[in-house]
Amino acid sequence: MQCLRSRKRGHPIITDFLNQPTPDDLNPTTMSIDIRDLKVSIDGQEIIKGLNLTLPKGEVHAIMGPNGSGKSTLAKVLAGHEDYEVTGGSITMDGEDLLEKEADERSRDGLFLAFQYPHEIPGVTNANFIRAALQARLPKGEELDAVAFYKEMYAQMDALEMDRKFTGRSVNEGFSGGEKKRNEILQMAMLKPTYAVLDETDSGLDIDALKIVSKGVNAMRSPERGFLVITHYQRLLDYIVPDHVHVMKDGKIIRSGDKTLALELEERGYDWLNDAA
Amino acid sequence: MSAEANSALEIDRSVGDFSYPEKHTYDAGVGLTEDTIDYISNVKDEAEWIREFRHRALKVFREKPMPTHWATKDLNNIDFDKIRYYLSQGQRPTRSWDEVPDEVKETFERLGIPEQERKFLAGVEAQFDSEAAYSNVKEALEKQGVIFVNSTEGLREHPELFRKWFGKVIPTGDNKFSALNSAVFSGGSFIYVPPGVKVTHPLQAYFRINAENFGQFERTLIIADEGSEVMYMEGCTAPKFETSTLHSAVVELVAMPNAKIQYVTVQNWSSNVFNLVTKRGMAHENAEIRWIDCNIGSRLTMKYPGVIMKGRKARGEVISIALANDGQHQDTGAKMIHAADETTSNIVSKSISVGQGRSTYRGQVHIPKHLKGCKNNTECDALLINAHSKTDTYPAITVRGNQHATQHEASVSQVSEDQIFYMKQRGLSEAEAMSLSVNGFVNDLVREFPMEYSVELKRLIDLEMEGSVG
Ligand SMILES: Nc1ncnc2c1ncn2[C@@H]1O[C@H](COP(=O)(O)OP(=O)(O)OP(=O)(O)O)[C@@H](O)[C@H]1O
Ligand SMILES: [Mg+2]
Repeated sequence: MQCLRSRKRGHPIITDFLNQPTPDDLNPTTMSIDIRDLKVSIDGQEIIKGLNLTLPKGEVHAIMGPNGSGKSTLAKVLAGHEDYEVTGGSITMDGEDLLEKEADERSRDGLFLAFQYPHEIPGVTNANFIRAALQARLPKGEELDAVAFYKEMYAQMDALEMDRKFTGRSVNEGFSGGEKKRNEILQMAMLKPTYAVLDETDSGLDIDALKIVSKGVNAMRSPERGFLVITHYQRLLDYIVPDHVHVMKDGKIIRSGDKTLALELEERGYDWLNDAA
Repeated sequence: MSAEANSALEIDRSVGDFSYPEKHTYDAGVGLTEDTIDYISNVKDEAEWIREFRHRALKVFREKPMPTHWATKDLNNIDFDKIRYYLSQGQRPTRSWDEVPDEVKETFERLGIPEQERKFLAGVEAQFDSEAAYSNVKEALEKQGVIFVNSTEGLREHPELFRKWFGKVIPTGDNKFSALNSAVFSGGSFIYVPPGVKVTHPLQAYFRINAENFGQFERTLIIADEGSEVMYMEGCTAPKFETSTLHSAVVELVAMPNAKIQYVTVQNWSSNVFNLVTKRGMAHENAEIRWIDCNIGSRLTMKYPGVIMKGRKARGEVISIALANDGQHQDTGAKMIHAADETTSNIVSKSISVGQGRSTYRGQVHIPKHLKGCKNNTECDALLINAHSKTDTYPAITVRGNQHATQHEASVSQVSEDQIFYMKQRGLSEAEAMSLSVNGFVNDLVREFPMEYSVELKRLIDLEMEGSVG
């Protein structure tokens, strides 16, 4: 239904804006997502209770923690979900106040969230959806090069070992759990964010898929990109090796360490950690 | 951005902004009397039988009560004494392009409406000069023996054909508004396709655009003779410069054995218009009639295209999309009358209600007891864009006897906040996310429209959604 015309033929827009120059002259310490003393409530109930975290570009941070500790809440607050009320603290991305921006602006500024439960969009094909998302990043009046777009998308799908038929299917509709997760990573690969939050992307993936998806994520690791990986399983971290591991419990980071912390958690669970730590 | 687009649509649609001094050479004045009928008949130099037909219709119109026992009471707000029932062709007043508000121009721009059409639509030109485009088509049609003229010409030049079918599919007394149309009709098309002729290009009301054809009371009659095929398209997605608040058309289709007629409508009315239209086709043996219909805008639209399947194995189909924005009521549906064995009907209706917009589906499927092997499939889906939107469904399926197969599905869905959040997280604005959802909802039906219409439809939905998001 979309018209395939491109006003600027032969202009490889996709790769163009993806490799936008980063403002290197800025203070390098601000090249990160900084969460300071964040407090978040929903329906008057506090879920995040004074959380601090710095995710610099070029690093992979993992967050682990018991069910209901607030990990997905953090992810959605980062992405700008309006149901959650930020009652205190601040979040900046590369020095800019993230909280005053709408969700779509945050996305266009380079923030990506791979959802724990991706939503379905009936009647909208995957290809059209991703195209619309890329189109939204172009200046007004400029149109995405359709040929370059499909070329890139097919390449990314091949890397993720996704069947081409997924381009023509409605977004996530009738996808299996694992297919939905893989589709999140496809979108990430196409949108090439500066910061990506992966919320339990590994749950629902079979062993082979886990390897493929991890490979996809690792291929995107770069000094220009930061990852926040939320997971329950050490296994994922065997493939996507984190620089730092944080433990979240009852709305706070209660322990941070290197990748060995994840191994320890795998062995001992969360009970030995106490909030005082 | 959204506020701007919103005001564009609103200004565009308020008649006040479009006011201008009126002067007409042929003007029946306001109000409806016997004199009005005579006036119209005189101006058109009509035969006596049609003058009588009109007078009888006026009586029926007067006798019939407003159908407010089942339809909305809003109908009582139509003031029949304030309506102008006839303005002659080419006599509509004009104003200069400079006087057209910028917002209207921008809307045309964004919808991609061709230059010459803009002037007509904005009321700058009384006539849309399409002779150049039309002459080629006309020549090809004449070679095939196809008649494609306006209803006045049809009456004058093909009285026998016209009279044989006129008012047969939709009798004057079918409803109050078909009676009104029968009394004061002018404009509309008359088409006859000879046996076996397949018209390759869709015939567009387009080619014949002029003030009268775009009038309030047009009357269209299409006859597809045995084994012939024709597609007719009317309307356009641009908001039409509207001086009148009542549009009441009657469209009759006749598909002789083995013939096929597709009738495509895309209409975008300004939100002060009552759009009360009667459309019905008669399908003889093994013939097929499809109504493909998209209604956007208007204060109230009441439209239930129908097919009477009169011959064995006849097929009828209604595919409709309705979009009701704030302050609008789309009361649409379909009527399928099975009157022969092994007849098949299909109804797919999708409605979208935005803001305070209201959508109603009314279906009527009638399969009498003595018939065998009839099939009906009815699907009606409603999409609500926010909590204030309203939708009602009245599917009346009367199937007697047990030798038939009917299937009925209905759904009401909502664009959920989480779905919008998901799309926003990918960088789409709220308006973009909405229109993508809505386009997704109607996607499978939009494909049924001819290409140029489907592209325009998508743009139109984008515009409507932009206007609806705060
Ligand atoms: N919309 C909501 N309404 C009410 N409570 C909510 C809402 N969203 C989250 N919560 C509550 O906030 C707490 C944290 O939920 P969250 O989804 O962030 O946990 P999580 O750490 O991601 O858990 P899991 O490991 O099971 O995914 C839970 O107790 C949950 O019930
Ligand atoms: Mg979670």
